[in-house]
Amino acid sequence: MAYTPDKPKLPETSDELRARIPGWGADLDPRDRPAVPREQFDPTFSGAHWEFPERQPELWPRERSIEHAFLTPVFGTSCPPKGLSGKIRRYSYARYSEARAAHWLLLLASDRVDAVESTLRSFVSRRPDNPVTETGVLADGPRGERRADKGHHLLDPVIVAAPWVLGAGLAYALIRRLVRQ
Amino acid sequence: MVYRGPYRVRPEEKDRPSIEHPNDAIVRVTRAAICGSDLHLYHGLMPDTRVGMTFGHEFVGVVDEVGPSVRNLKAGDRVMVPFNIFCGTCYFCARGLYSNCHNVNPNATAVGGIYGYSHTCGGYDGGQAEYVRVPLADVGPSLIPDWMDEDDAVLLTDALATGYFGAQLGDISEGDVVVVFGAGPVGLYAAASAWLMGAGRVIVIDHLDYRLEKAATFAHAETINFTEYDDIVVHMKKITDHLGADVAIDAVGAEADGNLLQHVTAAKLKLQGGSPVALNWAIDSVRKGGTISVMGAYGPMFSAIKFGDAMNKGLTLRMNQCPVKRQWPRLFEHIRNGYLKPSDIVTHRIPLEHIAEGYHIFSAKLDGCIKPLIIPNAA
Ligand SMILES: [Zn+2]
Ligand SMILES: [Zn+2]
Repeated sequence: MAYTPDKPKLPETSDELRARIPGWGADLDPRDRPAVPREQFDPTFSGAHWEFPERQPELWPRERSIEHAFLTPVFGTSCPPKGLSGKIRRYSYARYSEARAAHWLLLLASDRVDAVESTLRSFVSRRPDNPVTETGVLADGPRGERRADKGHHLLDPVIVAAPWVLGAGLAYALIRRLVRQ
Repeated sequence: MVYRGPYRVRPEEKDRPSIEHPNDAIVRVTRAAICGSDLHLYHGLMPDTRVGMTFGHEFVGVVDEVGPSVRNLKAGDRVMVPFNIFCGTCYFCARGLYSNCHNVNPNATAVGGIYGYSHTCGGYDGGQAEYVRVPLADVGPSLIPDWMDEDDAVLLTDALATGYFGAQLGDISEGDVVVVFGAGPVGLYAAASAWLMGAGRVIVIDHLDYRLEKAATFAHAETINFTEYDDIVVHMKKITDHLGADVAIDAVGAEADGNLLQHVTAAKLKLQGGSPVALNWAIDSVRKGGTISVMGAYGPMFSAIKFGDAMNKGLTLRMNQCPVKRQWPRLFEHIRNGYLKPSDIVTHRIPLEHIAEGYHIFSAKLDGCIKPLIIPNAA
């Protein structure tokens, strides 16, 4: 073979493809596709009857990116920050922009703290966390061959169980120490 | 459902969401889906994913209540809701970039609002629930056409629209060789859509044979299991006349397998915004001057991407979260004409109360899982 100017020949012609594949070429014209052009100025689009949406009431101090000029008029209210993790989250939002790795690393750290705090909190609630039911591993059953990507068999349980094993170990060490005193 | 920490979710009684903004609607969910990108949340990869959050950005349902300023919907309407939350009138929405809305996510400027997708995407509870708050109800949702199957409708809220959008960003022209990395739902839909845009060859790469079989039957694609090759890039060159494919679509994203160092540093140790194995393979296996379309989701942190090769090869890299509603009119036509049948890839129907098993089955890829739907009790 040699490297030549022509586009290499395809195994099937367009006509053959059109016959074999339902809808082949229905969007053949690149200019007639829904996301073309990428930016299409049409401020009258949609059912919006505002130029700027009404402002949703802020019921608690809502954390926001310092890259924004103000709290956006619409926002989610799923889980207000709480506990130590909430303090870390608020600090991360107040101090660092999205450009800073520290912003994201602090948020990831606060997620881990949140998981530990929430699990501890659950133990004094009516519904303690249950790592067996919540991980859904019971769906595995004894039929390990149902899993298609075998490589994860080894790694995933270690990653998932490690915090629980470490936590149990620390708790055991702590209790033993208290009992001895 | 609520998130309890990495790899842990459970069903939980929460208060029914209420109208928090005059243009809110409350929707009773009749179908939801678990998305591959939900696994990034489930695995604790996405920063600011808080314990107690309800996931789910792919859902359809029935309007239960509307806020005082809602004009276009009323209680009882059957609606499909795009995963993007958007205002319709900001700088970006006015230009059709609904996924990049500037008015709905206080937590970040780089990403718009997404249902049930961490506080980094706005802190909205999602639709893997019996009821969900749908903000800006006059612009987001559409009525489900009478002829449309509810399963197809829920797949239009993200996966199909995203796969189709991914093929569009590839700028495919007639006779192009298109390679798709990842045979999950988005990869399968991208492969099927590539033919509609006139692709001359469509090749799908994954490591799971059952998914590759689906790529062959559902998307009429050539398939390659990369674990059978010592170096997938060399193999790709061999089968593309040593020039490379014209277009590559990354439909994998942050948790790619295939390189242990990348997978562990990103997916396990969270030191990267995502493991860019698929993206790097795309960069290396596409031809010089070719186009790469990135549909896989990556976190906000940096990732170790081979930009030198991309620059030297003169590649065009295109990417965005899909502006879903922009794709709908055309996709409705394609479904009606029988060119696309999105629900053909659904493998599991999981009652909401079995959500933990559902996530585990999807995450661990048990039982040939490709796309699980979630059926709430109230459905
Ligand atoms: Zn999705
Ligand atoms: Zn907007």
